[in-house]
Amino acid sequence: MTLAFQGTVGGRHRLVDAMEKSTGRGMYVEDFVYPGMLHCRLVRADHPHADIDGVDFSKAEELDGFVAGLAPGEPGTGARFGVLPISEDESALPSPRSLYSGGIVAAVACEDEVTAREAAALVRVTYTLLDPVLRPKDALAETDCPLHEGTVEGTNIHKKVDQEFGDPDGAFERASSVAEGTFVFHGINHGFTEPIGCVAVPEANGRMTLVSATQVPHYLHRSLARVLDLPMHRVRIIKPLVGGGFGGKSDPFPHEMVAALLARKTGRPVKLIFDREEVFLNNHGRHPTDYKIRIAADEEGNLLGLDAFALIDGGAWGSFGVVTTYYNGVLSLGPYRLPAFKYSGRRVYTNKPASGAMRGHGSVNARFAFETCLDEIAEDLGRDPIDLRIQNALPANTTTLNHLRITSNGFVECLEKVRERSGWAEKHGKLPYGRGIGVGCGFYISGSALPIHRTRTPQSTVHLKIDLDGGITIHSMAADIGQGSDTMLTQCVSEAMGVSMDRCRVKARDTDTGPLDLGSYSSRVTFMAGNAALRAGEAALRKLQRACSRLTGLSAEEFERGEGEIYFHRSNPSVTVSFEDALTEALADRGALAVKGIYRAPKLGGSFKGSGAGLSPTYSYQAFVAEVEVDPETGFVRAQKIWAAHDCGRALNLTAVEGQIEGSVHMGMGQALTEEMKYQKGQLLNGSLLEYKIPTPIETPEIEAIVVESIDPEGPLGAKECGEGALAPVIPAIANAIHDAVGVRLREVPMTPERVLAAIEKAAKVQTHADS
Amino acid sequence: MNRPGRLLRLRVNGHIREVYCRDAATLLDVLREECGLTGTKRGCDLGTCGCCAIQVEGEPTLSCLTLAAEVEGKDLRTIEGLAEAERFAPLQEAWADAGASQCGFCSPGFLMTADALLARNPSPSRVEIREALAGNLCRCTGYVKIVDAVEKCAREGSS
Repeated sequence: MTLAFQGTVGGRHRLVDAMEKSTGRGMYVEDFVYPGMLHCRLVRADHPHADIDGVDFSKAEELDGFVAGLAPGEPGTGARFGVLPISEDESALPSPRSLYSGGIVAAVACEDEVTAREAAALVRVTYTLLDPVLRPKDALAETDCPLHEGTVEGTNIHKKVDQEFGDPDGAFERASSVAEGTFVFHGINHGFTEPIGCVAVPEANGRMTLVSATQVPHYLHRSLARVLDLPMHRVRIIKPLVGGGFGGKSDPFPHEMVAALLARKTGRPVKLIFDREEVFLNNHGRHPTDYKIRIAADEEGNLLGLDAFALIDGGAWGSFGVVTTYYNGVLSLGPYRLPAFKYSGRRVYTNKPASGAMRGHGSVNARFAFETCLDEIAEDLGRDPIDLRIQNALPANTTTLNHLRITSNGFVECLEKVRERSGWAEKHGKLPYGRGIGVGCGFYISGSALPIHRTRTPQSTVHLKIDLDGGITIHSMAADIGQGSDTMLTQCVSEAMGVSMDRCRVKARDTDTGPLDLGSYSSRVTFMAGNAALRAGEAALRKLQRACSRLTGLSAEEFERGEGEIYFHRSNPSVTVSFEDALTEALADRGALAVKGIYRAPKLGGSFKGSGAGLSPTYSYQAFVAEVEVDPETGFVRAQKIWAAHDCGRALNLTAVEGQIEGSVHMGMGQALTEEMKYQKGQLLNGSLLEYKIPTPIETPEIEAIVVESIDPEGPLGAKECGEGALAPVIPAIANAIHDAVGVRLREVPMTPERVLAAIEKAAKVQTHADS
Repeated sequence: MNRPGRLLRLRVNGHIREVYCRDAATLLDVLREECGLTGTKRGCDLGTCGCCAIQVEGEPTLSCLTLAAEVEGKDLRTIEGLAEAERFAPLQEAWADAGASQCGFCSPGFLMTADALLARNPSPSRVEIREALAGNLCRCTGYVKIVDAVEKCAREGSS
């Protein structure tokens, strides 16, 4: 009896590179060494805003081992680039001005790293100091010298968004309950463990190779070609193992250009690895934001409208900021039905390290504000917070007010699961003072439907090469940054072809061989590259089916995948052909099989200005419950347990999905309780992992990841994102649990002991006042 | 480039290595650059992340805060010495099965720290595992599957 193929998706799978990683054999960027390699160190600005009048290398040049310096004004150093073609405002070196304290001003390349450090310290930079713009509200005013060209009406506003749908004013007039507040968010950093770095290698044939810890080889490829003034085919990007990204390696960066320019200047490979402090100074982390919000509900608890204003601190550069400005509004509606919506967003330039994309990009801060207000409405109306959320849940197969197409949706199931698992009914409002439980929800895009560059090129392409050795080589440029995309590609291809995962090897590290893929950001990889990999696997299967037909004389399309790497004929199940025999026949007279699959998102959305923002082929949904203990004497909050339900469509690899959820909870908990980039007069005060407090194994509670599978109609085998959406809900869940514990609402994160204690003391004063 | 230096005889993973290094060179620098043992990772160079943890005389030690000259004659064990001959260590197998590596950059430091824990306490509780690993940061996993892997390895080792 022939068994149908049992498949390689679902269940638990090791990452295909798990052993590379647990033996220390895997190659990260710092592990790359080339003959004759130089070491680069950067000279960074001491002032938040300054003209660079001169860079003097003379003292550095006296060192044995000094090879070259790079200063503003040299060829390529002023070429503009940026991840979004609508705001290309970065350059390798200041051109003309230095825009933040800690920004790169110059660079040196030396024979060894120690000499490079000494040389960098000897470089003399002369500055003319300019007034810095440090507070976002000051950046709204008109100015004689905006930080960049193309700002809004002579101000330092980088992006302005105003959107209105339905009748928000009427909604607030009719409302029985309104919750409002201004929520304050400080900047946070991705905190990946591998520092940023690259090695630029000038090739003998005049090409430039750059090995870089990047999430976006393609955007780096474009930008580097621009800066070097070379056609793209003369530039090669190698993405080695990447030690975490979370959005912090998703821009083309100035240091990558600096290394390549120095490599060109010296004709030698140049390595540049950041110190940890430099990772913080490079930042591009979550935007500091003031988020003013009000939401309205009728007396039955139906949501009527949302009105929000976000003042977003972009720092020195644009980065993904245009998208951030839209996302703070357009992603704030879901996962709820809302008939009216008004949003204004202003992202401003300031003289601080740039903000950019970070896990849950654009949705996290808005979600905290919204979910806290929703809890207040439930309290006001005497409703259970989970019931109220279920009542207002966005249904499946609908269109939101702002034209987002909703297909699969497991949101209500997420809410019901966390309610049951957390013991909500016995705990909410019933725990002793100092202990509490709270809920927070979210939803997130599963890849941006609209590509950044408006070309007709597919967003993902996957090639397969299958030759006599029986191995399947998967070529892609989907960037594995630890999330497991190489494993996901392997599963999709082996599933489609009916073979074991061991046959596959993923080559997704080199733009010379990997077909274009837009990279790892916006939670797009499983959905887009996964679909492309499936299509490629199906194309290979068709060739093998035709080979089976030639071998047996039976119809090709009736050959099905069987267990044990065989193909059996549906009408004559005793007729089987092994994978090897089918492959040998398929190769005969033709040579190696070469097939491909592509993915392009469907055309979606309305025709209004900004309608492309937030469009995704599908969305993930989350409901989290947090249980906390608050010490009313100190304000110290301890998260005791987090139940995290996430609708990922279909879990291709349960271990990997849980890992994404657990990691997101950890990172969200950091923003909720301890993480904050602190500045004084534009200087970053806490650029180290000692002072920037990422939760350790002790502070991180046990997390129960609950996987909900709504089986997406367009996802690869039903899958959708699970890497980002799971971050946002933990912050409001903790805040709402703090309220349940000690009766105070926190509207500023991180919710440090100082802030919690201040809120408790303020509430006590109000109470005393009311009593007297 | 003429910096004070010295010749060191280091015992790494059971083998003697002679290296010439600067007096100020850290053990991390020497392992990575002179010995070619790049499995030990540099996450901060300040003793704040645990990525560079190795074992010195069986004790988890931050190699970025240790001068190479301090450990001459001591028994050094790095991630490259965790597996025995052609077999992966049970902890490495448990690590891979549990999904304890995502990006993998922190894994060598965690593995060396966890291995030292299991050597002195073969059946630690989850709380004891978390306490032993408190000096190691991971930004990917939320530590759940790391604790799972150590617990599983301990359980199977004792059975």
